[in-house]
Amino acid sequence: MSVSPALREKYEAVIGLEVHVQLATRTKIFCACPTGFGAQPNTNVCPVCLGMPGALPVLNKRVVEMAVQAATALNCTVREESIFARKNYFYPDLPKGYQISQYDKPVAEHGFIDIVLPSGDHKRIGVTRAHLEDDAGKSIHDGFRDSDKYTYVDLNRTGTPLIEIVSEPDLRSADEAYAYLTELKLLMQYCDVSTCDMEKGHLRCDANVSVRLRGAPQFGTKAEVKNLNSFRFLKQAIDYEIDRQIELIEGGGRVIQETRLYNPDSGETVSMRSKEAAHDYRYFPEPDLLPLRIGTAWMSEIRGGMPELHPVKRARFITDYGLREYDADVLIQTREMSAYFEEAARVGGDGRTAANWVMGDLAGALKADSKEITESPVSAARLGELIKLIGSGAISGKLAKDIFAKMWTSEDSPEAIMDREGLRQISDTSAIEKILDEVLAANPKQVEQYKGGKTAVAGFLVGQVMKASRGQANPGMVQEMLKAKLS
Amino acid sequence: MKITEATVRQVAELANLRLTETETARMAREMESILGHIDKMAELDTTDVPPMAQVLYDAGETGTLRADVEHAPLSNDSAVANAPLAGNGFFKVQLVIER
Repeated sequence: MSVSPALREKYEAVIGLEVHVQLATRTKIFCACPTGFGAQPNTNVCPVCLGMPGALPVLNKRVVEMAVQAATALNCTVREESIFARKNYFYPDLPKGYQISQYDKPVAEHGFIDIVLPSGDHKRIGVTRAHLEDDAGKSIHDGFRDSDKYTYVDLNRTGTPLIEIVSEPDLRSADEAYAYLTELKLLMQYCDVSTCDMEKGHLRCDANVSVRLRGAPQFGTKAEVKNLNSFRFLKQAIDYEIDRQIELIEGGGRVIQETRLYNPDSGETVSMRSKEAAHDYRYFPEPDLLPLRIGTAWMSEIRGGMPELHPVKRARFITDYGLREYDADVLIQTREMSAYFEEAARVGGDGRTAANWVMGDLAGALKADSKEITESPVSAARLGELIKLIGSGAISGKLAKDIFAKMWTSEDSPEAIMDREGLRQISDTSAIEKILDEVLAANPKQVEQYKGGKTAVAGFLVGQVMKASRGQANPGMVQEMLKAKLS
Repeated sequence: MKITEATVRQVAELANLRLTETETARMAREMESILGHIDKMAELDTTDVPPMAQVLYDAGETGTLRADVEHAPLSNDSAVANAPLAGNGFFKVQLVIER
């Protein structure tokens, strides 16, 4: 399905995102069971997260600290008092029969995220609220001999801490939604509250989508689209849903408020009629938990431990290391890469060279080996040592590439490799002069041409010297000495 | 507060309960009586009493929180011991999605 650009232009999409972020605590939100991924089914459980009668929740302090840090990154106001509420519904992966969430007094509200659009324009997107809640378990519908009769339930994930971040309906296109989610993910990663690994479900996203005639004052009726488990799906699903609603309205129909599931195989959203009846959650204050109080002193203590966020880091990379804006943008794309870069720059003593190496040779080698930067065989400190050798003139950039390739497969220091392989740059005048003389003697024709004014042959002669020295001659010195000799 | 049988049926539906006609009528009467009692209590002036005042505490704000330290979870055998149906370490329930 896709509508004409003219029709698209006639309408305006209005989008809000609800994003669930899994907090990276060691234990669950209301009990001390581990939160690890990939454990045997139903082995990270206890009476509290199994919802056994009489078991009582006790709030994890680290969850509160992470919530305050996340809220700070989202420019939210943190409520001095927030309360937990029960959201009641029945599903086999929800053993208590209710989710402990927050309703009318969420931990944080009134924030914003600044996003950069593909056009380069900036836009501020409101964050309505962020609240804490516990995750449900996992239902497995396939893969067992009797999967046609039974659903299998694993409750290891039950009780994992989540923060749900709700945006204002400020987004106007799939691209804006994409940019918002990208920025949100970076903020959560940089303030170290979540890995935001979408494949593991640490970042989950639902979209509220509606359309209206461009310029119309009222919002249209929205549909909630679920199952947007990758950035690509988010974009595809929103685009599909916008087109579906426009076609529906153009065809004389009416959008109904409903939950729709995105199917990545067909690229369509499909109505989840089964969900419609159950929308009365009968929220009420959780009587087993006290109101959560976060006073000024505790708040500033938590905020004092905030790591540097990427917008600040980006600006600092430009001023402290003299990086170009584009390079700074690339280097902050993940927390791991920015940390790697900074360590390499610190050890190597040259930010620009470090940036070039991280984005160039290192990125290329990692890609070739399908490795993440955290798995790099060459540590940031070792790359820094290589950069130091370049800076000191001990090796040329060309030699550095050869040494880097050898560092990839050994744990030796660049200096050790340089010495072992005899790759040290030749910056000794008499040694270079000796090679230069040999090259000039072997190429009388080019020497004549040069003296006759065809100075372009200098490049050829320098190349011959580099070749004769196995790439080790200092190219700058070779050029200067050649010029001096032939003038 | 007037509780109609329609309200009872709606609440029963949300609570996954199946009531007979007789039970529905009885529940309407009983719920009305319980809520009437609560309406009576609501006549008290509680303007200056915070919600959950009965359990509010004088300890520091982190006094009722827990450190992020693991305990030993239940074994899988214990975890699924009370399940009406289990297999391969999982709880098993009647198929929950329409195919």
